[in-house]
Formats: sequence, structure tokens, C-alpha cells
Amino acid sequence: MINVSLIKKRLGLILFAGAVIFALVIACSTPQQLGTATDDAAAKVYVAPGSYDEFYGFFSGGFSGQVTVYGLPSGRLFRVIPVFSQNPENGYGYTEESKQLMMTSHGFIPWDDAHHPELSQSDGVPDGRWLFINANNTPRIARIDLSTFETDNIIEIPNSGGNHASPFITPNSEYVVASTRFSLPIPQKDVPIAEYKQHFKGTISFIKPDVDGHMELAFQIMVPGYDYDLSHSGKGPSYGWSFFTCYNTEQANTLLEVNASRNDKDFIAAVNWKLAEQAIAEGNYTTMNTEFYRNYIDHDSRIAHSERKSEVRVLDPQKVPGLVYYLPTPKSPHGVDVDPSGEYIVAGGKLATVIPVHSFSKMIKAIETKQFEGEVDGIPILKYEAVMAGEVQNPGLGPLHTEFDGKGYAYTSAFISSEIVKWKLGTWEVVDRVPCYYSIGHLMIPGGDSKKPWGKYVVAMNKITKDRYLPTGPELAHSAQLFDISGDKMKLLLDFPTLGEPHYAQGIPAEILMKNSVKIYPLEKNQHPYAVKSEKEARVERQGKAVHIYMTTIRTHFVPDNIEGVKVGDKVYFHTTNLEQDWDTPHGLAVQGANTSEILIMPGDTKTLIWEPKKPGVFPFYCTDFCSALHQEMQGYIRVSPANSNIQISYNGR
Amino acid sequence: MKTVYFIQAILLALLFAGCGSDSGKEQANAHPAPPQGLSEWQLEHGIGPITSKVTLEAVNVELAQQGQALFDVKCAPCHKVDERYIGPPLGGVVKRRTPEYIMNMMLNPDEMVKKHPEAQKLLAKYLAPMTYQNVSEADARALLEFLRTQADVVPKPE
Repeated sequence: MINVSLIKKRLGLILFAGAVIFALVIACSTPQQLGTATDDAAAKVYVAPGSYDEFYGFFSGGFSGQVTVYGLPSGRLFRVIPVFSQNPENGYGYTEESKQLMMTSHGFIPWDDAHHPELSQSDGVPDGRWLFINANNTPRIARIDLSTFETDNIIEIPNSGGNHASPFITPNSEYVVASTRFSLPIPQKDVPIAEYKQHFKGTISFIKPDVDGHMELAFQIMVPGYDYDLSHSGKGPSYGWSFFTCYNTEQANTLLEVNASRNDKDFIAAVNWKLAEQAIAEGNYTTMNTEFYRNYIDHDSRIAHSERKSEVRVLDPQKVPGLVYYLPTPKSPHGVDVDPSGEYIVAGGKLATVIPVHSFSKMIKAIETKQFEGEVDGIPILKYEAVMAGEVQNPGLGPLHTEFDGKGYAYTSAFISSEIVKWKLGTWEVVDRVPCYYSIGHLMIPGGDSKKPWGKYVVAMNKITKDRYLPTGPELAHSAQLFDISGDKMKLLLDFPTLGEPHYAQGIPAEILMKNSVKIYPLEKNQHPYAVKSEKEARVERQGKAVHIYMTTIRTHFVPDNIEGVKVGDKVYFHTTNLEQDWDTPHGLAVQGANTSEILIMPGDTKTLIWEPKKPGVFPFYCTDFCSALHQEMQGYIRVSPANSNIQISYNGR
Repeated sequence: MKTVYFIQAILLALLFAGCGSDSGKEQANAHPAPPQGLSEWQLEHGIGPITSKVTLEAVNVELAQQGQALFDVKCAPCHKVDERYIGPPLGGVVKRRTPEYIMNMMLNPDEMVKKHPEAQKLLAKYLAPMTYQNVSEADARALLEFLRTQADVVPKPE
């Protein structure tokens, strides 16, 4: 083991040491030698055919833009939930019913970088109603309805760049948060980048998850132009506060890896959101003109709508004393995690040699007794010694994130030394450590950031897999590793590959999710304007160059399935209603030459595919989802005539 | 040629194996299982939530009209009254089956197709399994009333 105390605070040396350890791990190990599972591991991850996993983990897709869902402990991938990226598998982001979810002030965006899934909470415990996730690149937050596993809201965050500290939630789902990783000129303007310190600002945003069924930007707090990195909300005694790490207090605007690593300490910003609510109620804010989009699926028609918004309420910490305090925290802190009791605020000082832990009660006392060592833009900086509860010594190199098991222990991921370090809250002593293969980022215990963790497993999300899987050329899968934490020692049970780049994940017991699950969309409640409720209503109508096909599907046919009178230059809308009312009976639709994806239509739902024929002929369409013994018979033809043809619309209805 | 028929039979069997609506569980079997395990009541009146005799009086016209509206939405995609469509014609069905059997077939088609010898015979003939269409017991009763108005319709021979 490398003696960390010898390394002191020299960043270069730390990185060098990390690189050496990493190189040794890679060079000297084979999967057979290191990181092998314990003898009973296979039995512990075995989930019998037809049985459910005990937990389900929602993993961010990172640069895939989606959410992936894995069973735990089996590590079985069983669902990809499309969120920020188009998904031709089911037509998400392609259909007329979903495209508007991807509207932003920059226009339609078919992708983003999704980092942190966050389950909705009631009384500080995940309740299985919603999952939220942030878009990093073009700042947004999405809400996924866990009764259908569908994205139903996406709200854009204005005055922001790099929405990383997001969408961490408050204990009763009052708010999800957002902030600027990349500070910006606010409002945006054309200025020299070198004038960063003069022009660039950060914002911290609070978004209400449910105002009349939709997400709403409640307010923004203007803060100094640092890089705001991660967040967690207080709970118990610290209820009403949210905590945000920030680095680059140097306010560098180039080569940040050196220039933003100079200060011994950066900050955790403690934000009193209850006081912010009061300031808003008292009118102590300014209204700023801006532009952002709020997109949502209408509950009755199940069609996405976009609303352009032009104003945001902004709070200035100088005018609302007590709104924000800075807690000095070594050294470019990354994660900030609040223990289940709500008293301890743990920082992942990624370049620090210790894990600093702040005390909420000491923080309140320090505020009351004005233990300040300075002030930035009206934000008091508290004294480190006055707020610190303790420091975990020898926590591994590059500590990033911490989760809790609800039994008095914390688990911190150490990226550079590639390990999970288990330590005791209160005594700050390290009690166990286990290597990860390789380079762990986030880690996750189901409920591990909540008031009541289900402390049975911890999942490591690793950035590098190297030799752990079959080589597939230069591009390799990321991976996760599952550890049993029910005993004193962590035990490796399972490796499983992941999609995209999972950053954070959250887990919840299956039994909580299952209660809410929807099996079909009742036909009688379908209010899509182009829905048809029976085959008798199926028809084709021409409106100028638009041809609207009101089509039905049921095992095993389309109505109509022969359509004539379409001409080159028409825009043909296949509005397709699935008349099935049984669970697990989707139908699909694909049309030859369509410049878009197929659509997949759930029972009772209506989806629309647009087809623009370019040449005369007769073209087939068919069901893409194997639906019955006669699925291969589920087909139709659409005839296309020249643009100047006189052939009228005709079809075979019922 | 025999080989070709054999292969076709296997393919058909495979199609069947893949078509159960109750995914991942026991699949429908084209071969009728022996009726052992079913009670006399179930053999006559079907398997499902209807476990006692339905009292029938003179046809209730209003209820039959409700049933017809439901039939258009939930049944007509696969059933006609006077001829075979996807499934069997339903004219005169009330003369062939008991009211309870008809309602259980609407309310519990998955289990009927898996366990009831009569439902299994129909599946073997029509290949498309009867689907559950999210009908309540009240819906099924209205549909039954509509089918009672079609008692004397003689379907075209298949």
C-alpha cells in the first residue's frame, strides 16, 4: 500500500502515484488472479427463471442520453428508457407524439449527455413514482413516469451551461435542482473569453417537479462564476438546505486541469431553499428575460407539447442574506453526500488526501456566531475548522462519491486508486477496502442517498474495463460490479457490462415499483385527435397534399390494409391506433422507404408515422413486432400515383 | 412432399410456441389436454370469474344495445356474426354454449385457451388465440345480451 501521508498535497505526485498503481494493476493482473468473486457468489446473484430481482437499478446512459434498467443482484439488463436521445427501437423522438419533447431554445436536439438518475422521494425515501435525470450538454431535466417507464416531461434550464449538479431531489420531491458546471455571461452576450472574471456568472436553479402535472422552473440563484459540480439535499435536521460542490474558485478559463487546481480549498455552497421560498413569496426577486422550453406529454392525448417560456425569477444572495454560505472544502471537491441522519455532509475532495466531513449542526452554530473568514459577492465563507466534523484519513486516492448503508457506514469511491473504501461515520476510521476493475466513478447502494438505505449491495460503476471482457476493438463497454455489503467485509459478486457510460445510478426494491405499473392504455380514455376506437371508424382522408390514414391494428391485421389515391409529393400520416386491450400486445408499423424509424404502438395507444413517397408504385407496410401466429400475414399495400394523377383516395374499411 | 408437410407442421408449431399473449409463462398448446382437473361445472360453463348460473329473462333491448356498441369496439376486429372472420362467427353462439361459458371466455381467455378442451379445439382451428380486451363483468353481461339477439343468425358455412 502506498503511504498517502508521504505524498502531501502535490497534485503532480498524486496523479503520478495513481498512474503507477493503475499501471501495476493492469500489468500484473489477469481476471483469474484479481477481483475474483467469492465461492458462493453464483448462488447469491442467481435469480431463478420467472422470478424477479429483489432490486432494480436505474443507470444513466451518459453519452447514450438514455436510462438503462438492470435487475439486482442478477445484473440483467431488461430495459432501455429513451430520454434525451431518439430511439428508433420504439420511435421515441421520431413520432409526431414525442418529437416535441426534444424542443429547446436551440431548436430540436436529438441527443444529450445524461448523468444522474434521481428517484422521487416521500419523507426522504424513494417512492417509485418518478425518475428524474439531467442533460449535461444543453441543460435540461427529464421526468420519467415509473408507471409506464416513459419520459413524460423535459424542461430546459436557462442561464446555464453544463447542467451537472442535477437533478438531486429534496426529501418530499418539492424540488429537483440544476446548476452551472460551466459559468457563462448571464444574460448571454458576445464578450472576450479572457474577461471571464468580469462577465461570467453561475446559477443554481430549483425546479418544481409537479405543478398541474408538469415541471416548472421555480427560481434561480445568481452565484459567483465557479464550476458547480454535484449536489445533494439535506434531510432530517438539515431539511430545507441543499448542498453544491464547486471547484475552479480560481476562475480560470483555460487549461483548468492545472489552473483550477491551485487553491488548497474550494467550496461547498449551502443553499437555504426554505429561505428562498420566503424571498419569492415576499417578492424579493427580479424577473429576468430569457428563453427556455417546457415540454410535456399531455395526459389525455398522450401527445408531447412544447411551451416557450420567456421569464425566470432570480434571487441575488446580496439581497437575501442567509440564502447561501460557502463551506471551505479541500481540494476541487466533486461529490457531496448527506448521510441518512442529515447531520453529516461528506465531500469527495478528488485531489485531497482526506475525505472532509462537515457537520450541519456545527454549520448552523458557525453561522449564528458569525465564524466567517471572508465573503464573495455577498456570500459569507465559513471557517473550515468551525464546520468540520472530521476527516477520513487514508481514504484512497481520488475520492469522488459516497453512499450510505443505513447501518452507520459510508462507502466512498476512489477513482485513482480504483477501490471502494468503507468507513465509519463518527469515528471516521476506514474499516474495509476492496479493489474495483477499473477506475470507479460513482457507486450506488439502493436508497443509499436517502433516509433509509436498503444496505445489502453496493454497485461500482467503472470507467475502464480493459481485460474484463472479450476484446471488441478500440471501443469497449463500460462496466459495473456488484458487491455484497451485508457483512463486515465487502465481497465481489458479479461483473456486468453496461450501455453508454453510466455515471450515477439509483436502486429501489421491485415491490415498490410493481405496485404502480400500468398494463394497457384504456381505449375509452384515448383522446388523441386522430385515434379511432373501432375498425368501423378506420378511414383515409385527403386534406390538400396531406393524407391522413386513421388506421387500426389488432391481431393480426391493419384496417385499412389497401390504400390507393396517394400521389407523389403527398405527406402521408399513418395515425395508428392499437385496439388491443391485453397486456404485452404491442404492434409495430414500418413503411418501405419511410425516412424515419418504425413506430411501436402499445395497447390502446395511437402513434403517427409520416411517409413522403417520392416515386409511383405500390409499397408494402407491415407489423414489426411479432404479435401472433399470423404475424407474417400482418401487412398492407399503399399505392402511389404520379403527382398529376386523377385517382381518388380509396381504401378497404369495415 | 411428406417432408415438406412435416416441416410446415413444425414451423406452425413453432409459430404457436411464440404467440402466447402471456409472455414468459406457460405457452398455449395446440394439442388438447385431457380435461382432468376441470370440474363438471368448468367443463360446461368455462373457467373464470363466473362461477354460478346467470339468470336470464326476456332480452333487455337497452342492455343489448350497450352490448352491440361494445362489440363494435372490442370484438368486431376479430368476430363477425354471420361468417368466419379472424375468429369463429358468433351467430347462434348462445345455442352452442352456456351464458356462463360465453362470459368466462370473454373474461378469462388466456386460461380458457390453455386449459379448456373446447377452447383448445377452437384455437387449433382458428390459430389466433382469443384475446383479453379489458372487459368488465358488466361489459361481458351486456355483450352476452347482444349475442342473445343474434341467436337465430345462421352463419355462412366456412
